[in-house]
Amino acid sequence: MIIASLAFYLFSFMAIVGALNVIFQRNPVHSVLWLIFTFFNAAALFVLLGAEFVAMILVVVYVGAVAVLFLFVVMMLDINVVVLREGFLKYLPAGALVGVILLVELAIVFGGWTMAPDAESLRLVPTPNPSDVANTQALGQVLYTKYAYLFEASGLVLLVAMIGAIVLTMRTRTGVRKQKISEQVGRDAKETVVMVQVQSGKGLS
Amino acid sequence: MSEAATTGGFLTIGLSHYLTVSAILFTLGIFGIFLNRKNLIVIMMSIELMLLAVNINFVAFSSFLGDLVGQVFTMLVLTVAAAEAAIGLAIVVVFYRSRRSIEVEDINQMKG
Repeated sequence: MIIASLAFYLFSFMAIVGALNVIFQRNPVHSVLWLIFTFFNAAALFVLLGAEFVAMILVVVYVGAVAVLFLFVVMMLDINVVVLREGFLKYLPAGALVGVILLVELAIVFGGWTMAPDAESLRLVPTPNPSDVANTQALGQVLYTKYAYLFEASGLVLLVAMIGAIVLTMRTRTGVRKQKISEQVGRDAKETVVMVQVQSGKGLS
Repeated sequence: MSEAATTGGFLTIGLSHYLTVSAILFTLGIFGIFLNRKNLIVIMMSIELMLLAVNINFVAFSSFLGDLVGQVFTMLVLTVAAAEAAIGLAIVVVFYRSRRSIEVEDINQMKG
């Protein structure tokens, strides 16, 4: 029990340190690496909460896909790091003010919050005993039956995102001599070969 | 659910501990959006941090209440976050191609 408590403090402290570094790093590449660090620690917190499947999904989806996508884009764009930091101190007071206000509001909300007395009976899907049904199995049993429509809707969201990303970034580059097979095969002798009567002494103009 | 499980002490981790962590992460995300006005990519990373804080809230409540729906919804949030990152980064790439910069102040072409 005490080890779990200390692990909570360790992982949450590391997650917050990582988040601070994401914001304050000078180089965007370092920011992405700290973001990966933060996500790993958040996944550890999820494991402590007993949500192993979501923790592993967090590592796979975020570290494996989203963070690598960020890394690709950061390295693809040739951005000047020095220019990016201009105005950093200008926005610091406003950002700090909004942050402090939000933190105080959240503290008020969480401080005055109590669990409803009948919350226990209002649960939609009570978690089965982890020694009987593992977390992954329990989630699957719910996700593919009761929430199948939500599952398919999230698949559609991903499809739309994929099509949108392709449509946004696709372009026909000018000045590139690219072979267009269909145009080459579709050429017709009647359209391309022209018979010209060349008059003697004049040539073709 | 007992009172001790909700609040907890220093060594018994309760729901409020996790809520505190997620509140701090969310605030840092907001802070990052204000601070990095010159860099669209770090702003998107801050949004990811905020979504992570929301996910921690969901999983914490799901775990302490004993309700699996919170974890199902967490996966939905993850999906939407991945889609948002893909579309957002595509827009950043297109914008960089036309303007050679990713500053927030430069994004005013759609202004009427």
